[in-house]
Amino acid sequence: MRKTNNLILETAIKVLLFFIVLYSVYIFTAGHYYPGGGFIGGLMTAGAIVLLLITYDIKTVEELLPVNYRILTAIGLLFAIGTSAGSLLFNVPFLTHAFGDVHLPLLGELSLHTATLFDLGVYFVVVGVTMTIIQTIGEDE
Amino acid sequence: MIDIMIRLALVFCSISMLGLIYRVIKGPSVADRVIALDAIGVNLVAITALISIVLNSHAFLEIILLIGILAFIGTVAFAKYLEKGVIIERERNH
Repeated sequence: MRKTNNLILETAIKVLLFFIVLYSVYIFTAGHYYPGGGFIGGLMTAGAIVLLLITYDIKTVEELLPVNYRILTAIGLLFAIGTSAGSLLFNVPFLTHAFGDVHLPLLGELSLHTATLFDLGVYFVVVGVTMTIIQTIGEDE
Repeated sequence: MIDIMIRLALVFCSISMLGLIYRVIKGPSVADRVIALDAIGVNLVAITALISIVLNSHAFLEIILLIGILAFIGTVAFAKYLEKGVIIERERNH
């Protein structure tokens, strides 16, 4: 009986994981004007964590990322509800978002939107729900 | 001229995808189906690139990388299932 291991995958994952997470962050921030956004960014991050789960096992990944994904989902919902309901304080309809142009030292002229915070909530919810589903289905005992 | 060639390439990619779908449904063994699914991912990347040339837009170029990464994760998961029988282990035995 030969002993199987994932040597090639474990070596490749050390380089590949950074690219996937970096790309998910890029696609999250690009989402306001170009294809992308919180949903697909969260899906990419969940894909990176799934790749870790495939390469190693559930115990190693829990030591690596001690995150309770159900609490992450709740935090994401809190972000989404908070930024949506915050518009009610300024006497404008629900889900209205504000934006303004600011000048930052290194980045130059930026237009910052509160819609990004809403998208961050979507990101957390997608990561939390996807990882909860995969961990519940993936456990073999 | 280049326009006709790109449209012809789109038609051929679609035909090869139909053949691969036939292989996914009919395929005698699981390995045939996995290889066909991986090749469908590659064809999807090619079709997205050709369509972005036809429409003259760079909005789809990020989607190409996305499809590539997702197809890679799917193929790795199938390969581990074929080799070990489980995809996500609770504890490694080595």
